[in-house]
Amino acid sequence: MALDTAWAIDWVRRTAATIEEHRAELVTLDREIGDGDHGENLGRGFRAVLEAVDGGSFETPGAVLKVVATKLISTVGGAAGPLYGTAYLKAAQAAGDATDLDAQTLVAVLVAARDGVVSRGKAEVGDKTMVDAWTPAVDAAQAAADAGEGPERVLAAAADAAAEGAASTEPLVARKGRASYLGDRAIGHRDPGAQSSAYLLRAAADAA
Amino acid sequence: MSVGILVVSHSAAIATGTVELAGQMAADVPMVAAGGTDDGGIGTSFEAITDGIQELASADAVVVLCDLGSAYLTTDTALDFLDDDARARVRVSQAPLVEGTVAAAVAAQSGGDVDAVLAAAASAAGSAADADDASTASRPGDPSGGAVPDAQTGPVDDGAASATVELVNESGLHARPAAEFVKAAAKHESTVRVNGVDAKSLLAIMALALPKGATVSIDATGPDAQDAVDALVALVRSGFGE
Repeated sequence: MALDTAWAIDWVRRTAATIEEHRAELVTLDREIGDGDHGENLGRGFRAVLEAVDGGSFETPGAVLKVVATKLISTVGGAAGPLYGTAYLKAAQAAGDATDLDAQTLVAVLVAARDGVVSRGKAEVGDKTMVDAWTPAVDAAQAAADAGEGPERVLAAAADAAAEGAASTEPLVARKGRASYLGDRAIGHRDPGAQSSAYLLRAAADAA
Repeated sequence: MSVGILVVSHSAAIATGTVELAGQMAADVPMVAAGGTDDGGIGTSFEAITDGIQELASADAVVVLCDLGSAYLTTDTALDFLDDDARARVRVSQAPLVEGTVAAAVAAQSGGDVDAVLAAAASAAGSAADADDASTASRPGDPSGGAVPDAQTGPVDDGAASATVELVNESGLHARPAAEFVKAAAKHESTVRVNGVDAKSLLAIMALALPKGATVSIDATGPDAQDAVDALVALVRSGFGE
């Protein structure tokens, strides 16, 4: 399907569902190397997002993304609120007034989201954060779009790369966030933010 | 210039407690606590931070102190949503929350501008570990905290003065008396040191933990060195009103 407003709304529904489904897993990952609230915080955030999306009417994918941003920022409470909130806000700006996103616009949206996370959190690839999922996802999306793939395949490539990126955080020592206080003890644990980023991009691909 | 202080913590109890603690030494400084999530849990609230900045609208500038990582992220996000004029009034300190807030509040109480308040907060960073290190990092007017002291900055013909005096008040040079001492020292342009630490750094002085009967050595160098020493000696002899 085209990446239109209906896709954006379906993406939100699928994200809320997948976060709910994996809440216990995200809580466990975060307990191991953080403060244990990532699953609960994101669950609360996306329930609020869902309520706002169900109660509103939207003309463009960008308008949906903007509501996701403001709801996450005001309800999540942990670092994921400002990080994801900024990602969705920048994504909404990149989507602009387009009624559906072609492959290159989609790449621009993903790049803007990733850049939002980077500018907010000041993390780089290898710091054991959600950037480790986002940057490979953006690179894979760009490569797919440059190869002439349509938006569905671009999103699928991004989701696959994000999942691999999340897994790649396991051997790392964290350099940002609460896990950075743990030093070597963070080795062997997957970063919960990278994992939730992978779920979120998978939901986007599944909705397409 | 009036400076207000916003305390952002994951915990409502920490934020309100920190404001209460700093308020003891800075009764006239507007301070707002923004701690915990909107539903009373542990976390930081975009709304509470936004409302706090609004509540401090009558101050010329606002200095924000934060605890753990996401307090900074939520604060930065809240600032992004302000219009340019409102955002220009707000500065975020990287200082540790409790010590930084106390030092910032005392600087604001003694009439410091926003840079002086930020510098005072920054001076709190190393004070618990090493009072003397902290003193070199606290230079009112230096927003970076000036961790690396310049080699000889003052003109060579600066005055110098020193005096030794005994602490006569019950609580010694602690808490409120220390704040009074810092306020008096900060009124002078000269570099002032007390028992080897920066007399304009509250936390460095408090870390000396000088009790009643202790000897206080005051050294000043600069254009108003003698005035500074005279004023501080008079203050110590007065017993800080105790």
